Amino acid sequence: MTSANETMTSDTILKVEHLSMRFGGLMAINDLSLEVKRGEITALIGPNGAGKTTVFNCITGFYKPTMGMITLRQKAGKEFLLERLTDFEITKHAKVARTFQNIRLFSGLTVLENLLVAQHNKLMKASGYTVMGLIGLGSYKREAEASIELARHWLERADLTDRADDPAGDLPYGAQRRLEIARAMCTGPELLCLDEPAAGLNPRESLALNTLLNGIRDETGTSILLIEHDMSVVMEISDHVVVLEYGQKISDGNPDHVKNDPKVIAAYLGVEDDEVEEVIAEELDGGTL
Amino acid sequence: MSNANSPATDAAPGLMAKALREGLFAGLLAFGMFLLYVGVETYQNIDNALVWRMRWGLLAVFVAIAAVGRFLVVGFIRPNIDRRKLSKAKAGLLEVSEDKGFFHRHFLKIAMIALVLYPPVIVTLYGVQGSLKFVDNFGIQILIYVMLAWGLNVVVGLAGLLDLGYVAFYAVGAYSYALLSDHFGLSFWVLLPMAGILAAFWGIILGFPVLRLRGDYLAIVTLAFGEIIRLVLMNWSEVTGGTAGISGVAKASIFGIYSFDVGASNNFAKSFGLPMSSAYYKIFLFYVILALCLITAYVTIRLRRMPIGRAWEALREDEIACRSLGIDTVKTKLTAFAIGAMFGGFAGSFFAARQGFVSPESFVFLESAVILAIVVLGGMGSLTGIAIAAVVMIGGTEALREMEFLKHIFGPDFTPELYRMLLFGLAMVVVMLFKPRGFVGSREPTAFLKERKSVSGSFTKEGHG
Ligand SMILES: Nc1ncnc2c1ncn2[C@@H]1O[C@H](COP(=O)(O)OP(=O)(O)OP(=O)(O)O)[C@@H](O)[C@H]1O
Ligand SMILES: [Mg+2]
Repeated sequence: MTSANETMTSDTILKVEHLSMRFGGLMAINDLSLEVKRGEITALIGPNGAGKTTVFNCITGFYKPTMGMITLRQKAGKEFLLERLTDFEITKHAKVARTFQNIRLFSGLTVLENLLVAQHNKLMKASGYTVMGLIGLGSYKREAEASIELARHWLERADLTDRADDPAGDLPYGAQRRLEIARAMCTGPELLCLDEPAAGLNPRESLALNTLLNGIRDETGTSILLIEHDMSVVMEISDHVVVLEYGQKISDGNPDHVKNDPKVIAAYLGVEDDEVEEVIAEELDGGTL
Repeated sequence: MSNANSPATDAAPGLMAKALREGLFAGLLAFGMFLLYVGVETYQNIDNALVWRMRWGLLAVFVAIAAVGRFLVVGFIRPNIDRRKLSKAKAGLLEVSEDKGFFHRHFLKIAMIALVLYPPVIVTLYGVQGSLKFVDNFGIQILIYVMLAWGLNVVVGLAGLLDLGYVAFYAVGAYSYALLSDHFGLSFWVLLPMAGILAAFWGIILGFPVLRLRGDYLAIVTLAFGEIIRLVLMNWSEVTGGTAGISGVAKASIFGIYSFDVGASNNFAKSFGLPMSSAYYKIFLFYVILALCLITAYVTIRLRRMPIGRAWEALREDEIACRSLGIDTVKTKLTAFAIGAMFGGFAGSFFAARQGFVSPESFVFLESAVILAIVVLGGMGSLTGIAIAAVVMIGGTEALREMEFLKHIFGPDFTPELYRMLLFGLAMVVVMLFKPRGFVGSREPTAFLKERKSVSGSFTKEGHG
């Protein structure tokens, strides 16, 4: 912990160092280091199979990394070594929430219930671990009303108020994506990890998503780490971009820097490695870099 | 079929031919299926040798039922249903009518009043001694299964954990009461909560290793645990009395004020100057199990609206999403297991007090299967549906015993209750065909913003371990 303290400044919320993840013979992530700044939207991009979702699974505890250290520093200064916690403890104690590439809602529960389940830990405490709540003692009633208010707030933000009492499985695709984000926000996270939130959205929904994410960052101060394929979304809303290819970081910087990075262009256009070197050499000659 | 202009008149002869064909086919199928099961009977002759003979008559009845039944369904019943649906659709009526009748709206109140009035009504109709059969076999027996199924519903219906060994907790409750009352002379009212707590405790102990498994594995291991408990009860003879079981288990008393022991000075019947009968005890037990059922329902309904209950249902829907929201799924599963086990324990101690006798015989796998079948038939998660399923299934098997007239159809050796598993299977197939989600397939939300809309069964999941 002490070594992390020294290296981590207060404006960094998440620091990933020398992260590796091996599946049998496949190195899905290879010695990856990156930082997420507090209060910013950081995008993680890269071609299919680059290992983006695997990074998320390591950060949120669904996979145990083969090697490396993941440090999360909360606003109050408390630090957590995420690779040592299990998945639910990361959300409960370290305050990291996530969404999934293939949406995972409680489809048989209503939209409102989905948001109430997300406030489970808070409500459990208020209900005296069920015992006090069952006999009607303690602060459960007040807390239950507060949880509905919080749910109502996020329903409004996600434009789902009209559908609050419908089953989550009945929502159209775009609304399901927004509900998953609203549900993650109901856990009160400091870091929100979104796995391809714009996938499958039409341009109008995509625009609404941008507004929602910008709102989350500006109003709650929640830092966002998001995976995205759609470059227009990435360039539009992210403050910082990290590019992965074959489990390795190939570029890191602000959107403009990354957009013009020849390695990134090569990765996305699928150019051979030696050609990339040629491009870099040419650019060096030309003095543009 | 060829003439599209007048389908109603032209279809009829074709339909009859089709019905005949299908009826014949069903008859053939039934003949093949029942030839060995029903047609052949084995018995011991005077020399104690096992011989067999054919029961052609009985077989013919089975085949005839299948053939005629199929003929009627294809030829008359199905066209009729189709016609009615068509005319309804033409009239613009929706299949799901929102206009609920008086009975539907006040169903719970009516059911409650009927249950409370049931024993006095039966006593006035059949007399004290005559009421015994109805109160005990139909009343208490059904209510025990209602309670067991409601308890299992917490585990299977809400949390989505397939538990095939539920009867183990029923056994723990029954033996706890039998042994503790025998050795320490504690009363029913002290031991009832204790049996529940002990069963819950066993639920947690068994749950710890088991709940890390998922789906089929969980089902198999719980099945094995159910059998282990039964085998222990059978073989640990010094304590449990082995296969002979424990007899002379103490009766419950009316809170120690009145006793139902024949010799006791505060015997209920004696105190009120009534003629001696075991019917009073049964009537008392009827109200006890009714109260236990109500407590189970109340606790389940309350728990569903608490965070733990919502977590159970969320767990059934998607375990990974639960973990991503910071829910400790192992603890959540354990609480579901423990609460379900606790209700099983209550029911078990009641069973011991009612029966006055416990033996491993009562806790075989078949019991677990029957309880699970009731939960599935009723609609997983729905208390009303499960209660209806228990009435139909348990009441139905009890009613089979009463159907003497069947002997006139199937012959004098026909013992209807031997066919109760056939009835069970048949009911299962029929319900699953017409209502794949059970009698009550929809689920009531636990909270709402504007209006309470029930969630259609097509959205809810069954859980996967
Ligand atoms: N549980 C696993 N077991 C084995 N291999 C895995 C596992 N999870 C991921 N992989 C492999 O790791 C590599 C990276 O996968 P990952 O899902 O992280 O890619 P991604 O960048 O998210 O791709 P996409 O853009 O398609 O979502 C892939 O080759 C994948 O097959
Ligand atoms: Mg991915």
